[in-house]
Amino acid sequence: MEWNLSDDRPIWLQLSEQLARQIVSGIYPPGGKLPSVRDLAADAGVNPNTMQRALSQLESEGLAVSNRTAGRMVTEDTAVIDAARRKMAREIITTFFAAMAGLGLSRARAIELLKEEEIHE
Amino acid sequence: MSDLLIQCRGLCKSYGHKSALQGVDLQVDRGRIVGLLGPNGSGKTTLIKILCGLLQPTAGEILVDGQSIGTHSKSVISYLPDRMYFADWMAATDLFDLFHDFYTDFDRQKAIAMCESLGVEPRDKMKTMSKGTKEKVQLVLVMARKAQLYLLDEPIAGVDPAARDFILSTILTNYNEEGSVLISTHLISDIERVLDEAIFLKEGKVILHNSVDNIRETEGKSVDALFREMFRAQTLEGGNF
Repeated sequence: MEWNLSDDRPIWLQLSEQLARQIVSGIYPPGGKLPSVRDLAADAGVNPNTMQRALSQLESEGLAVSNRTAGRMVTEDTAVIDAARRKMAREIITTFFAAMAGLGLSRARAIELLKEEEIHE
Repeated sequence: MSDLLIQCRGLCKSYGHKSALQGVDLQVDRGRIVGLLGPNGSGKTTLIKILCGLLQPTAGEILVDGQSIGTHSKSVISYLPDRMYFADWMAATDLFDLFHDFYTDFDRQKAIAMCESLGVEPRDKMKTMSKGTKEKVQLVLVMARKAQLYLLDEPIAGVDPAARDFILSTILTNYNEEGSVLISTHLISDIERVLDEAIFLKEGKVILHNSVDNIRETEGKSVDALFREMFRAQTLEGGNF
């Protein structure tokens, strides 16, 4: 997969966000197995310790669970995944409104434009 | 077994009047990939050569794996020098034999497998190989050992950017996880994401030693950007324009 790492933020944080996005989008389905730390690290071209930290973050968010015998899996709890999806969606909406405000559009006006766009499609 | 793999205290080295290291204090844990970063002439190679036992420090103390530099430290260190030292008439397989005789931790099978994945024919003689291919052979020899400490002096300086990624992934997938890797370079942006820690050397002194994540978190910029800033600021201070 493509990894997008920017310069200004810790790498582990960016890795865990991108893995979370893949879980939410279903590339790694609920209850599915995640690749090993080594494989993920080699794929992203990062240090295994950094990838380990990213995966620990996913575990503490409840998106991934560690299983002694089978390695690391995506949680089967779809409520947790839904909540993560909502959180990401909210972040995108916040960014959207901020960008609209930058164009001098109020929230109400932005929502109107959004609805118009929907009708056109 | 102590967690500290490298311990230096007050390490100094002078070449005649010229002083290359001026009181280096350093501690490196096991299981880390560490970047030894500094401009040309900052003392990177000198420090690595002292760790290998190729140079004697003028003053100060140095321990590797809890012992001073000697037979034991040499048996646990795998060193990639900054220049080639192979005889022309040798094939890579001859070098494998040589390493197999010298180092009990050399894994011949692994060396052959790595050659295959790097696209090197191990039966070719050194004199028929390009510079880049020779560097790959050198890397294979170093990484096919199950060492405690890998000292890599400028492993990516002489190769093109595509081969750099290849070399970095070879290092990442082959190092012994209980050991540490010390990589010296000035090509920071290329290796930043594989590092746990960064050490900045300037004029023979350690001016910064921190984890890459900490640097990014506290400075809000990459190690590469911080490096450029620190070393640019200091050159300007010294000049009277």
